[in-house]
Amino acid sequence: MKNLKMSIAAMLLLTLSFTNAQEKEKMNHDHSTMKMDHSKMMSMNNDAKAEAILNDYFNLKDALVADDTKKAAQEGSKLAASLKAFDASKYTAEEQKELADIIEDATEHAEHIAKSEMSHQREHFKTLSKDISDLIAITGTKSTLYEQFCPMYDGGSSWLSTSDQVRNPYYGSKMLKCGKVKKTIN
Amino acid sequence: MKIVKIIAVVLLVAFVGIQFVPTERNQSDVVPKTDFMLVNSVPDHIKSKLQTSCYDCHSNNTQYPWYNKVQPIAWFLEDHIKEGKAELNFNEWDSLSNRRKKSKLRSIIKQIENDEMPLDSYTLIHREASFSEAEKQELIQWVERLKDSI
Repeated sequence: MKNLKMSIAAMLLLTLSFTNAQEKEKMNHDHSTMKMDHSKMMSMNNDAKAEAILNDYFNLKDALVADDTKKAAQEGSKLAASLKAFDASKYTAEEQKELADIIEDATEHAEHIAKSEMSHQREHFKTLSKDISDLIAITGTKSTLYEQFCPMYDGGSSWLSTSDQVRNPYYGSKMLKCGKVKKTIN
Repeated sequence: MKIVKIIAVVLLVAFVGIQFVPTERNQSDVVPKTDFMLVNSVPDHIKSKLQTSCYDCHSNNTQYPWYNKVQPIAWFLEDHIKEGKAELNFNEWDSLSNRRKKSKLRSIIKQIENDEMPLDSYTLIHREASFSEAEKQELIQWVERLKDSI
């Protein structure tokens, strides 16, 4: 008798979990098709080399936030390398001209960051940030970015972040949370 | 005593020897149309300040001091001039895009503000090239205005 009860209970549980799993799968499926459509939409504007540049830029920003000169220098030279590897050939002639200009300027700043001390790195990071936002205005990006702004550094300075939480790369630990989100990109 | 003599002779020979190593001279009679002074309206006092304090290393024409002909000083100068021109060449100013110009002007302001330029090793000998506090402020303000006008 006890055995029968147990097996009925087990059967019930099994059926329940089975239906539940089926439903979940269906939901997952819906979700994944949605996601696919989404990424397909974005891929028209997706430039892997621009994403690589952005990625290095964010690593550099994080090193500045952490007051880590050595790391920032390393990230600076990585960024200079990915800037040089950028391929503008799929853009219009006018965009190519603008992109070449941006890349040349940004590369110089990245190279300086690679060989300077912290205060210099931050000076160059300011102009670099402007270059990078002009770059993604043309190339687009698949991630959501936040343009953040610190009114105190050098008469007001912006930077880009993947998070809406403010972590100030111009002051680091001295004024970590100084600033605000000025604009959301994507 | 003998050893000191030998060392002195060796050093002398080496010193004379390196005098024969040629160095590249940064000199030119032509001021290109792209020169900073030709494309911007620069007030006279700022013009002469830029000439004396910056142009030796940041243009195609250096006013060489006499000791430049003596090695190893000549090498040291050659290096500085090469590096200086790579960073910024006032003679080629107008070949830069607006973005690059702004970027360079911003760097000029920062370098002067932080007393990094002109280099100490330069002002040590060229006393007239150093900036007084008032000259610094005047130049920075003028460069700021130029930057904002681009």
